[in-house]
Amino acid sequence: MNPITLALSKGRIFEETLPLLAAAGITPDENPESSRKLIIGTNRPDVRLIIVRASDVPTYVQHGAADLGIAGKDVLMEHGGEGLYQPVDLDIAKCRMMVATPVGFDYEGAVRRGARLRVATKYVQTARLHFAAKGVHVDLIKLYGSMELAPLVGLSEVIVDLVSTGGTLKANNLTAVEEICQISSRLVVNQAALKLKHAEIQPIIDAFRQASAA
Amino acid sequence: MNRTCAWLLPEYVEDILPPYALALERLRRRLLDLFAAYGYELVQPPLIEYLESLLTGAAQELDLKTFKVLDGLSGRLLGVRADITPQAARIDAHLLNRQGAVRLCYAGSVLHTRPAAMLNSREPFQVGAELFGHAGIEADLEVLGLLTAALRSAELPGARISLGHVGLFRALAKAAALGAEAEAGLFDALRRKDAPRIHELTEALPMPWARAFRRLPELYGGAEVIGAARGELPELPDVARALDELAVLLASGDGMALAVDLADLRGYGYHNGVVFAAYAGGQARAIAQGGRYDGAGAIFGRSRPATGFSLDLRQIVDSLPEPLPRPGILAPYAPEDAALRARVEALRAAGERVVAELPGQDAWRAESGCDRRLVLQDGAWQVVPLEPGRDA
Repeated sequence: MNPITLALSKGRIFEETLPLLAAAGITPDENPESSRKLIIGTNRPDVRLIIVRASDVPTYVQHGAADLGIAGKDVLMEHGGEGLYQPVDLDIAKCRMMVATPVGFDYEGAVRRGARLRVATKYVQTARLHFAAKGVHVDLIKLYGSMELAPLVGLSEVIVDLVSTGGTLKANNLTAVEEICQISSRLVVNQAALKLKHAEIQPIIDAFRQASAA
Repeated sequence: MNRTCAWLLPEYVEDILPPYALALERLRRRLLDLFAAYGYELVQPPLIEYLESLLTGAAQELDLKTFKVLDGLSGRLLGVRADITPQAARIDAHLLNRQGAVRLCYAGSVLHTRPAAMLNSREPFQVGAELFGHAGIEADLEVLGLLTAALRSAELPGARISLGHVGLFRALAKAAALGAEAEAGLFDALRRKDAPRIHELTEALPMPWARAFRRLPELYGGAEVIGAARGELPELPDVARALDELAVLLASGDGMALAVDLADLRGYGYHNGVVFAAYAGGQARAIAQGGRYDGAGAIFGRSRPATGFSLDLRQIVDSLPEPLPRPGILAPYAPEDAALRARVEALRAAGERVVAELPGQDAWRAESGCDRRLVLQDGAWQVVPLEPGRDA
């Protein structure tokens, strides 16, 4: 029989998922931070983990390469969530999706004037929807990292990024001016897998739900 | 892009190559024969129609999926069909005008502007059956039975069917007095079993409704789900009726693995009763979909009850084991030889594949896929094994 495959990303999500895995009776054989393996076995022969980039988790699960996955809401909003079930908010890896500007930039004024804002972000889809809902024209600039730099060197006026402590913003003389939404990680499930492997997957979902509600 | 790549196909468009093309064609014939045996009449609607006719009911969902072209003759917009079901509904409502039940089936390519799911072809080969003119659960039972027979005929490994009911959701939404926008939002969140979003959307609702909507995505599984739903969902006549219908379908089984999922919703503004989706091992999404869509004929002048299903043959062929190469016999080039000609005709009549070898082609015999060849031995044409080392 094929094992149940759970897709995870390294770092904060992995660490905060460990207690949830434990609640489902799953202990990884290795720590992905020190191991270079991409497929990690567990104490349960019928469950294995795959270690992928956070933004790739929905893709693996949507395509059925993994039955389950743990992905941040930020990643799911960018992906669109098509073909996925999101049965449990795990309430881990929490932060906020924010609009930030250089200190002193008149964001409200710029929005009121109907100006076209240049927005640098990794979260193009989220930013597009947010500004469309506000009725603000934007030019989106897709970046892959260090968004904070963009307004400092004149690449953009504002950025859309995840903020957890605000330390990076502060260090770069930026300030968060608007919250787009709260972010936490969710359990995602491949739709066909839930139907075809119901008996194997349901107990894992239940354990995650109970552990994250506790 | 480099314009010199003449071999390049557009994205999500593909050829069907041997041996898959033949496997698909065989399956198409088998399914149409099966539908005919159940009394479903074949129709062949056109590839293009006036856009309005194609976008009935499920308008929003199909609109963005439909390729549009300007008709030089009429100056109107034409759509390339993205789904044959509305065409079948048009034929039933306007052309046939029969009062009783009408059973139609069809097989043909449809075109999608963007793939329905990741890595899907934009040109699915849709085969389906539709039953018009009967509003009762008996019609849904017949269609479910036919889908079961179709899946069995396709010999799909590990197939199972999941049942849902859009009428149940609509009854709850109506009783909870949801506005149109809230209803559409909740429908979408339920479809994804997006628990956090459902929680958010139901926060302002009174408790019995909020609790019911939050519980729906967890109500999936076997017959026990119906019992649980009866106990936990608000007592409404339409909810009770929907659960009764699902119980009848679940009990029908007929050897097919059936399950129920009360949040398995599709076709907002289109489906209005039982919906079903078939899954099979190895496929990350449903391989067949169907359900009740009463009233789709209204825009063509006659509102009729309707239920049916369709499947994408490309996807089905993808989930089947690789077709075995068909054995064959290589015949030498000898147009003057009457005995050889008679022997070849007899072999073909008996169902063999006999390939005539053209002059000068003997170096590439292995490419023919043949496993035997005809040779003249003791004055007669004999079939002997083709030995790759010696013969080719």
